[in-house]
Amino acid sequence: MIRNDVAITPELVKEHGLKPDEYERFVNLIGREPTITELGIVSAMWNEHCSYKSSRIHLRGLPTKAPWVIQGPGENAGVIDIGDGQACVFKMESHNHPSFIEPYQGAATGVGGILRDVFTMGARPIAALNFLRFGEPDHPKTAHLVSGVVAGIGGYGNSFGVPTVGGSVGFHSRYNGNILVNAMAVGLARADEIFYAKATGVGNPIVYLGSKTGRDGIHGATMASAEFDESSEEKRPTVQVGDPFSEKLLLEACLELMKSGAVIAIQDMGAAGLTSSAVEMGAKGNLGVELDLDQVPCREEGMTAYEMMLSESQERMLMVLKPGMEKEAEAIFHKWGLDFAIIGKTTDTLRFVIKHGGEVKADLPIKELGDEAPVYDRPWVESPRQPVIEPSSVKAPMSEAEALLKLVGSPDQCSKRWVWEQYDHLILGNTVQTPGGDAAIVRIEDGPKGLALTTDVTPRYCEADPFEGGKQAVAEAWRNITAVGGLPLAITDNLNFASPERPEAMGQFVGCVRGIGEACRALDFPVVSGNVSLYNETNGQGILPTPAIGGVGLLDDVTVNASIAFKREEDVIVLIGVTEGWLGQSIYLRDICDREEGAPPPVDLVVEKRNGDFVRQLIRSGQVDTVHDCSDGGIALSLAEMAMAGRIGATLTAVPEGLALHAFLFGEDQGRYLLALPQENAADVLYEASAIGILAVALGVTGGDTLILPGEQAISVRELKAAHESWLPDYMAGKA
Amino acid sequence: MKSAVVVFPGSNREGDVLRALKLAGSDVQKVWHAETELPKGTDLVVLPGGFSYGDYLRCGAIAGRAAVMDAVRAHAARGGLVLGICNGFQILCESGLLPGILMRNANLRFICHRQFLKVERNDTAFTKAYAKGQAIDVCVAHGEGNYTADVETLNRLEGEGLVAFRYCDAQGHVTADANRNGSMNSIAGIYSDKLNVLGMMPHPENLVENLVGGTDGLRLFESLVSSFPKAA
Repeated sequence: MIRNDVAITPELVKEHGLKPDEYERFVNLIGREPTITELGIVSAMWNEHCSYKSSRIHLRGLPTKAPWVIQGPGENAGVIDIGDGQACVFKMESHNHPSFIEPYQGAATGVGGILRDVFTMGARPIAALNFLRFGEPDHPKTAHLVSGVVAGIGGYGNSFGVPTVGGSVGFHSRYNGNILVNAMAVGLARADEIFYAKATGVGNPIVYLGSKTGRDGIHGATMASAEFDESSEEKRPTVQVGDPFSEKLLLEACLELMKSGAVIAIQDMGAAGLTSSAVEMGAKGNLGVELDLDQVPCREEGMTAYEMMLSESQERMLMVLKPGMEKEAEAIFHKWGLDFAIIGKTTDTLRFVIKHGGEVKADLPIKELGDEAPVYDRPWVESPRQPVIEPSSVKAPMSEAEALLKLVGSPDQCSKRWVWEQYDHLILGNTVQTPGGDAAIVRIEDGPKGLALTTDVTPRYCEADPFEGGKQAVAEAWRNITAVGGLPLAITDNLNFASPERPEAMGQFVGCVRGIGEACRALDFPVVSGNVSLYNETNGQGILPTPAIGGVGLLDDVTVNASIAFKREEDVIVLIGVTEGWLGQSIYLRDICDREEGAPPPVDLVVEKRNGDFVRQLIRSGQVDTVHDCSDGGIALSLAEMAMAGRIGATLTAVPEGLALHAFLFGEDQGRYLLALPQENAADVLYEASAIGILAVALGVTGGDTLILPGEQAISVRELKAAHESWLPDYMAGKA
Repeated sequence: MKSAVVVFPGSNREGDVLRALKLAGSDVQKVWHAETELPKGTDLVVLPGGFSYGDYLRCGAIAGRAAVMDAVRAHAARGGLVLGICNGFQILCESGLLPGILMRNANLRFICHRQFLKVERNDTAFTKAYAKGQAIDVCVAHGEGNYTADVETLNRLEGEGLVAFRYCDAQGHVTADANRNGSMNSIAGIYSDKLNVLGMMPHPENLVENLVGGTDGLRLFESLVSSFPKAA
């Protein structure tokens, strides 16, 4: 009989984030009152963050397969085949709650966690990206959070030695009390040398590797599964402290150990630490696990079983080793100055048994803790439909030139150089396209291939119409990769939403996931990994629904690519795609007309694919080297960004009749690209487009040092650039 | 030419400099920090960029006292060539091979960006492929690159022509705007008295191919390789 020194009261159950019916389910499962250690273990495993209990049934609808998918969701990261025996391993994960409480360490350990997920699979990280959302700039906390999060991301990634090559930064009042910090890591492995969490074999040694266990981060995953209120800052002790130096050593030691052939299974200790990693290894392999906590390397004395099982100390790994190879493994870890301890073994009992001080502290059925955790079909309601806003109903409050100048220097559209200059984006010497374009490009080893990488979503679209917004997020990631010449292969999704216990928020989740699934299917762009972050709300105010999409694409020849910068004078500017002047939910309507309303632009996925495939083929055949997709701010903003990046002006001459100029310039119709190409190629491209029914229109030419919109005063590119580059540094210096 | 690239725990640009050296035509070998000798016949020792020992205590402080550094000091004392880049420069300062210290950047933030450097002299083993006064396009990536020394040291460096590179604009003008980390006299790199040890904060090893931005950095490695007769 297992000894129980702490009476389990309803208050204690509540403190552990378990609902009464969940606790009852647990008691019925084990047939007795749990020990405090067991209560801690189940709270760690059954919380939203680890169990996906509210999201799981909806995620099943996402497409996860394709001939090039080696591993879909459910492992530490997704894996895709990129040819030549190489595999790309990637995932995105949130660290929203910890980053709000302690921005530097919260963001840093978010990066650490996702890098670990990737190298746990046997891949060497070659690029990192992120997706950040902050509250409105005027909010008293915002600048402090931006400063801490950016420094934290840089602090960890720079030291670890991975280039941070892309990302997205935005501001909105709905993130005032809940910022979003999503980190993505991309790694490279041999396709036939991928490592998994699934344990095999009875009686095999379970080893603990990496840093020592301390009292930090206890209940981190539980915190991440609750709403926030004023007391949240008291949760600072649940935020872990990152040590990128240890992580770098852990990377090298793990990859070296994997090469030795000693590793059967590996799982990093992330959320819910030792508990989650051990349960997952056993549950996936249909094996029991027995751990002797007296063997766990501890940083502090007198740690209880409860504390050890729930600690989220960073830079730790759990492995199942081939018997007889312990000595060899230990030597590798000691060479790198890291802890190595055999702390248990696999069993055939399907029980999760924890011993400490010679006593059994927990004895639980492992499957029910892990892959058979509770699943909920939460009630949800569809978001109310928003009216379509006719372009003619939106009056222009200022000239187009003034509007453009205002937008390029606005918080969301301004240059994020201040941010990405704090990230080492050049290390490894493979960064072909740096931050600031549609997608980053990194060369794979010495070439000739490359990866195109992006993170994107338009939360205001998702709020107005979750289904269309979900579609658009995937389409835009696909478009970003296409615009640099990449063939989009797969995505990772980071689904940030408010409380699933509110039917409205749950409805947003359901709608977005359906939209994502629809677009992924239509674009052959499966989901191979992801993360769900719910309960992003403070005092009942939820965030905008924000399913961030991390996209990966392949360039067969990395030297053949396109970028947004104008490269020559007198290039013809060609618009691909149909423009109806869709102003509903546009940046123009929001930031110029001060109206955040209407239905978002719909995405026609057939047109999306056709237009994108056409543009990619133009890049790959060498006909076009200058491409930018049209997204926030429409044609005008894209054009301005192309001019600023290339320091070459442009004159727009052709404007369609029957559409107000501001609707044409700033409308956010989907599936569009702007190209700039030499005169001699233009006729061919226009002809090729029309031959397959794609609308392609020559809008104007590049040249000079000003941007000239029809009937408007010329705007100097220098002036645009000054506005574009100054907002963020000024804001961070307290001047904006 | 034979190059030895020292790897400390936390080094992370060793691969970048290995690639640059190979492109320039050097034989290359990695040397683990716990070694007490350099490989036989080593012509050039490179201390690469990174965060040796996590930059804990002080950047380069622990690495400067690593076992291998005695061998590096002996190599330098024999007149052998030593190149320290970024964290390697910090290690050279901490190990006593170069004077001065790298302080926190003036804006207190890590900065990574393309950067022009003015080549102060082109009569050294490191810079013979450049023109004197040329503005070369490389990059920086550091949080502690703010070169600082006492007045006496600074005067000596200037007086004896030991400043290797200064931060400048595209036209080669040494301006305050171009000196973003706040280094004294815009110093980006310095030589030892005998011109055989070079420490520099910027990364020439990341600008060695047109695909990733240019080849100005490669010339530094080519200069080094051309200083040695080709192996038979």
